[in-house]
Amino acid sequence: MLTKRIIPCLDIKDGRTVKGVNFVQLRDAGDPVELAKVYSDEGADELVFLDITATVDKRKTLTDLVTKVAKAINIPFTVGGGISTVEDVKVLLGAGADKISINSAAVKNPQIINEMALEFGSQCVVVAIDTRNVDGIDFVHTHGGRKPTLLRTQAWAKEVADRGAGEILLTSMDNDGTKSGFANEITAEISAALSIPVIASGGAGNMSHFKDVFTFGKADAALAASIFHFKEIPIPDLKAYLAKEGISMRIQ
Amino acid sequence: MIGIIDYGSGNIQAIKNIYNRLNIPAEILSTPESLESAERLLLPGVGAFDATMNQLISSGLKDKLDELVLERKRKILGICVGMQILAQSSEEGHTPGLGWLAGRVKRFNVANFTQKPYLPHMGWNTVEIQRAHPIFDGIDHDMGFYFVHSYFFDAQNVDDILSLTHYGTEFASGVASGNVFGFQFHPEKSHSNGVRLLENFAKI
Repeated sequence: MLTKRIIPCLDIKDGRTVKGVNFVQLRDAGDPVELAKVYSDEGADELVFLDITATVDKRKTLTDLVTKVAKAINIPFTVGGGISTVEDVKVLLGAGADKISINSAAVKNPQIINEMALEFGSQCVVVAIDTRNVDGIDFVHTHGGRKPTLLRTQAWAKEVADRGAGEILLTSMDNDGTKSGFANEITAEISAALSIPVIASGGAGNMSHFKDVFTFGKADAALAASIFHFKEIPIPDLKAYLAKEGISMRIQ
Repeated sequence: MIGIIDYGSGNIQAIKNIYNRLNIPAEILSTPESLESAERLLLPGVGAFDATMNQLISSGLKDKLDELVLERKRKILGICVGMQILAQSSEEGHTPGLGWLAGRVKRFNVANFTQKPYLPHMGWNTVEIQRAHPIFDGIDHDMGFYFVHSYFFDAQNVDDILSLTHYGTEFASGVASGNVFGFQFHPEKSHSNGVRLLENFAKI
């Protein structure tokens, strides 16, 4: 049976993990390669690396990091942050990434989704959507959720799927950082409307939030950062809990 | 030495990285002559069936592989599309496959699916062993393997099926006949299970 996926997200700046990591067994808590290895050994199903530097001159650092990560782990991983061209994708996949994630670039130029899917296959192309509810309507936001657009989230999700996105990484800016649970309603709405997987992100605070997003939220995967980095929820405990609650999980 | 065949398909370095960590000699080989020196061969594959076959044919690798595998019984393991091309043909294209195993590659019929997501079949899934084989030594079956594909190998000979996986339908996730092996999942992305399987292939 196909399992639901648990995905830790690592924010990367200048080749280092940021936003704080508190792992006692790490020699260097800022080293994304060490952290990636710990997560993969603990049973993470995939990893996402989000480069928040994303300036052109720093891209080489990210490529070097991808090469190192690919040497250290053998579970699938996605790289995102500032990717806007087919050439960017080619470099990162060539360095060993399994998938790339695009966000603002797709909003600016939706055709790039078609081009990337055609060149590398849909399974490599994750479209990240940052959504925020404004007066009862869900709007897509870009630039880390700071910049509103006129795109309705549901319509945009359908469009990116039609254009060849292989997965949607849906982050609720309303829930992100609140630890009050994932945005189950909009996640379920989008997941039910599309035939591609939806990764829910934003709001994880306890283990039952994950159960809720897989059941009520109809998510195929759930992504979180700080609760894993600070060991508030160890991945093996989370997966054991979810399996006990009847969610299909890969247990290692 | 394990020869990882490079014909312009991705995921090759991931396999080499694992053999490097295991201290098992492995080399990336791209010319027909270079295959001679490999005791075992690994045939990766990502992309479309026809494109994969056409690359093997135009590079001269197909003729060499036919000789090494069919006549000289060199062990070979096909991964993902590298498994699918072991078949005789595919719904995905028109170019005949290597035809080393009887069967045809088919697309999942999503009309039969009752649950999303549909295609590709992407993520971790379990494999049910159909026949004991040393290539599965030490594998933790509950942990499963990582899959990414929209087509599957419909094996004609039940005896060729090593393992079955369920995704809308039952399909052969592992096949073997004599010196020819194929797995639909990606061992190079399947954490410790995948490492063990690649290690086993180096020993059997």
